[in-house]
Amino acid sequence: MLILRCPYCGVDAEETDLAPGGEAHLTRHGPGSDDAEFRDYLFQRRNPRGVHFERWRHAFGCGKWFHAARCTQTLEVFGTYSAQCSEPPEEIMTAIRTRRPDWEMPA
Amino acid sequence: MKKYSVFSLAREALRYHSGWERAWASPDPKAEYDTIIVGAGGHGLATAYYLAKEHGITNVAVLEKGWLGGGNTGRNTTIIRSNYLQPESAAIYEKARGLYEGLSQELNFNIMFSPRGVMMLCQTQHELRAMQRTAHANRLAGIETEMVSPERVKEIVPIIEIDGPRFPVLGGLWQPRGGTARHDAVAWGYARGASARGVDIIQQCAVTGIDRDASGVTGVQTTRGPIRCKKLCIVVAGSSGVLADMAGFRLPVESVALQALVSEPVKPCMDCVVMANTVHGYMSQSDKGEMVIGGGADGFNNYTQRGSFQHLEETVRALIETFPMISRLKMLRHWGGIVDMTGDRSPIIGQTPVPGIFINCGWGTGGFKAIPGSGWATAEMLAKGTPGTLAAPFSLDRFTEGRMIDESVAAAVAH
Ligand SMILES: Cc1cc2nc3c(=O)[nH]c(=O)nc-3n(C[C@H](O)[C@H](O)[C@H](O)COP(=O)(O)OP(=O)(O)OC[C@H]3O[C@@H](n4cnc5c(N)ncnc54)[C@H](O)[C@@H]3O)c2cc1C
Ligand SMILES: [Zn+2]
Repeated sequence: MLILRCPYCGVDAEETDLAPGGEAHLTRHGPGSDDAEFRDYLFQRRNPRGVHFERWRHAFGCGKWFHAARCTQTLEVFGTYSAQCSEPPEEIMTAIRTRRPDWEMPA
Repeated sequence: MKKYSVFSLAREALRYHSGWERAWASPDPKAEYDTIIVGAGGHGLATAYYLAKEHGITNVAVLEKGWLGGGNTGRNTTIIRSNYLQPESAAIYEKARGLYEGLSQELNFNIMFSPRGVMMLCQTQHELRAMQRTAHANRLAGIETEMVSPERVKEIVPIIEIDGPRFPVLGGLWQPRGGTARHDAVAWGYARGASARGVDIIQQCAVTGIDRDASGVTGVQTTRGPIRCKKLCIVVAGSSGVLADMAGFRLPVESVALQALVSEPVKPCMDCVVMANTVHGYMSQSDKGEMVIGGGADGFNNYTQRGSFQHLEETVRALIETFPMISRLKMLRHWGGIVDMTGDRSPIIGQTPVPGIFINCGWGTGGFKAIPGSGWATAEMLAKGTPGTLAAPFSLDRFTEGRMIDESVAAAVAH
């Protein structure tokens, strides 16, 4: 079972206490954007086999949204971090680079 | 290709089965093909078969990283039905169901198609109304389905409990010509037919890169060396995102785990397929007697072909209420596959942003039933260079144009 530490309440939450929220750090295109941008925001996903940044909610705990960095190929968790940011913080990037030296942040 | 028949069986029985030939050839890859299909699941193999049979195009290779049929095609619960809500879906799934009816004869390979009937339960008022709508849509599309009463459900499925406290059975959408087929045999039969017509099926050959120049695709890099091609068709289900990344584009697809399990074998007790969509449980009985049970998909991106145990628990817990007798059964095996989910729960068949590269993916939790129709439509697209009427609505640009084929509202699940 997947276990993620909620960065807000510090609880090691089991998967059954969490609600998945999909890919993180999407650019939110709204009114005024063109069709392709709106598609990218709504549907287009990186869906990588490997390092993935995603949103989770501590649904049956404190109820807050947070971020997690995870490997979709091994189910390894690199770390969790606050929802109040638009890109992963440095310590998460370091944790990933230590364990995946060849990995590059995709454009 | 030597034909299988009662005579060949008798002849081989008399000579200790020494004369059977291999069902398909295992050639080394050539330097170049007109068309390369990546992925030897049901959809890739059926595409190759219909390319050869319907369009006479045989300079074709199907490249498979593992063994053919080892992906979702060999992992599904084999439910075949065509009672979809939207006309575009009904057309392609009904084409597939129709082809399944004669497929054993056509392929000279017993795919064990069993039109035993599919019962979709209505266990909430909302579901009852949604299914009534689907029944009307099916009638308009010329698909034979009917709404049946709870009592009729009980007649068709005697082991069901229709007065459950949480999820009583309020009715059912019955498709008498739906059913099941042997999943491996579908892959094997198409592989044998394609191979006999000159298609090269190359197993243990993973595509690791896609070569392109300014005018489009030029070939692929594989674990067995580079192979050139004029057209490339990506048919890799859960790995679609990985292949798209190699080609330099993104897809409106996410890969998640979907699981299934079988019980120990018991005597015949249920001779149709039952789908309980509200509780995400699907059940049929295999010819060996095992209860074959499918559940809901996991909610997060995953490439490991194994899912979360609590989903199996949830499925079984819910099904026990509707089928009390299964509470006594032991689970024999469980497994997972990585399914390719799109936003509207409909597949993608069409051109990609790279000229010469076509894609067939997004079948998610429900593409086994579609294999013959999808292969047929994808072959037509590859032969003509543009999609025909069956495939056209499923193009990639529907996500840009907002032209969804929304099957997620219809059933919330596919299977
Ligand atoms: C548990 C479960 C239950 C299901 N139940 C049903 C059901 O009841 N009814 C129904 O209609 N559908 C069902 N489905 C869905 C159905 O199985 C799939 O939609 C269908 O089999 C997809 O077929 P495919 O040929 O597209 O993919 P696959 O059969 O997955 O084939 C893709 C192939 O591509 C290969 N590949 C991947 N990457 C590469 C590479 N780089 N190079 C070369 N080859 C590569 C893979 O090895 C694989 O063999 C279920 C799925 C699962 C997992
Ligand atoms: Zn919390």
